[in-house]
Amino acid sequence: MTGSLLHGTLQGDRLHLAAAGAWVSQNAGSLEAQINTAARRHPDVKHVDIDMHAVERLDTFGAWLLERLTRAFSSHGAATEITGLKADFRALIEELHAVKAEALPPNKGSRLRYALASIGFSIASVGSYFSNFVNMLGALMVVFARLAAHPRRFRMTSMVHQLDNVGWKAVPIILLITFLIGCIISQQGIFHFRKFGADIYVVDMVGILVLREIGVLIVSIMVAGRSGSAYTAELGSMKMREEIDALQTMGFDPIEVLVVPRIVALIIGVPILTFLGSMAALYGGAVVSWLYGGIAPDIFLSRLKETITIDTFAIGMIKAPFMALVIGVVACVAGLKVRGSAESLGLQTTASVVESIFLVIVLDGLFAIFFAAIGM
Amino acid sequence: MAVNGQGDTIIEVRGVTVGFGNRIVLDAVDLDVRRGEILGFVGGSGAGKSVLLRTIVGLLPRSAGDVKVLGVDMGRASDEDRQTVERRWGVLFQQGALFSSLTVLENLQFPMRENLKVSQRLMDELAIAKLEMVGLDASVVDKFPSELSGGMTKRVALARALALDPDIVFLDEPTSGLDPIGAGDFDTLIATLQRTLGLTVYMVTHDLDSLHTVCDRIAVLADHKIIATGTMETMLASTHPWLRAYFHGKRSRAPEAAPAQHVSL
Repeated sequence: MTGSLLHGTLQGDRLHLAAAGAWVSQNAGSLEAQINTAARRHPDVKHVDIDMHAVERLDTFGAWLLERLTRAFSSHGAATEITGLKADFRALIEELHAVKAEALPPNKGSRLRYALASIGFSIASVGSYFSNFVNMLGALMVVFARLAAHPRRFRMTSMVHQLDNVGWKAVPIILLITFLIGCIISQQGIFHFRKFGADIYVVDMVGILVLREIGVLIVSIMVAGRSGSAYTAELGSMKMREEIDALQTMGFDPIEVLVVPRIVALIIGVPILTFLGSMAALYGGAVVSWLYGGIAPDIFLSRLKETITIDTFAIGMIKAPFMALVIGVVACVAGLKVRGSAESLGLQTTASVVESIFLVIVLDGLFAIFFAAIGM
Repeated sequence: MAVNGQGDTIIEVRGVTVGFGNRIVLDAVDLDVRRGEILGFVGGSGAGKSVLLRTIVGLLPRSAGDVKVLGVDMGRASDEDRQTVERRWGVLFQQGALFSSLTVLENLQFPMRENLKVSQRLMDELAIAKLEMVGLDASVVDKFPSELSGGMTKRVALARALALDPDIVFLDEPTSGLDPIGAGDFDTLIATLQRTLGLTVYMVTHDLDSLHTVCDRIAVLADHKIIATGTMETMLASTHPWLRAYFHGKRSRAPEAAPAQHVSL
């Protein structure tokens, strides 16, 4: 699409370059190549004339390449002269002549150093993450103590609003998921217990597994994905738009106004959801054992009564508020850690979900050890 | 293109009507922008200044009327023609709208990388050249937008708007949020760039100083219409109540309005 934009004729140690055509961004690629060739092919000329009169159009790209051409010759000690420049182009050429354009600073350090540094940073960030978590727990305790002294300062409206979001509106999806999980456990149980003719033990398995572990775990994971991420995104975007700073300057404690109602809502909501979820899972288990295993509902129920003690149920329910606390604290810490950019908001939201699910499972493991130790 | 031939119309707005739901914001607006001028566009807050800008650049749909940019009817042109025109304008948004996940250098090179086939070296050099043209230097290239001050963000955003050497730049309140010195510098910068690059500048602004110092012509939007266009002198001489309130109000420093100062030493 482009003809010759630059044509050179050599007379002794004097190089005459005739420029032509459109020296604009669309042609910059081929123009750059022609300029580099011209500068490389004639390294030892003493005088360079650049005749610009046939150049029809010139923009920053063209003007910069002209500047680069003259700089290349000047650095070899050649005298350069630009002739025939249209008056319109002069201001632009002068503007770019003033540009220093020092080379970009090269990336410092080696790849190995970069790799080691990034490992170091991520290990250090685990430490700072832990201290953030503990700080938030401490701040919460302080606010709870203050609220115990002045209960009227507790933000009931805000808490109820959050409870509606994280509890009531989560009921359908929680019921559906736990129902399905109950069905699956029961179906797999029937297949394998049948080999020993021990079909009826599926009731023991479903009952204990659901009430002790699965109910609370599934609910916590769902809540972390559903509500924890929402908390992080809400607090993060408030932080980005300086709303949290605004609260602080008005003399409010953001922990008291924003964090406490959210965490209290979770602590109330998660046990309720756990209870509902466990019931739905048992129901799913019963339906499948009836359809697949031919265990009639009344047999399922009476078997369940024999195997399940109040302890089994209590263990699941005791864990629920602690799970809620972990999810809430992780989500709020991540939300308040958001800095200016949209990218940081996304990063913190992801981190919030991943970390709260991880901590929920770790906590469940610790509870298992604890309950085993006290013989429950 | 450093062509300074003034006079021919580069943006032609004819009978543009824009509304949101039942609310009409612009009612059959006509506006011409001439090649090589700096047009200041003023109007009350919420009057629809930014709406017209966003309509011209195609971000908002219009319910009636035509917009012609560089001779291309934006409503009827093929996608290709429209993209060609879009590459020949640059937009400076009010908040800068720099991509927050890219560094300053990557922000500047993004339009170049997508639209041109040029070497990385040339892109680096030009990005720095553009930064120097807007009064910054190579020390900011590795920064992310969240690390820049307000004035720097505007400058980097202007440099990005200029990345492809556009014919037209749209500036949405370029000096808002800058201190008077910074705003003055920015005005000078726009005037210089307009001269050297032969730009046509469409500037939405509230800044009376900008209107006084850099704008060739002023267009005024009020009551959903353009009520006046012309030079600063025309505006000052007008008897329209809104124009009098705007240009002769307490905040204006029209020459005749300045009272004798009593200086106590």
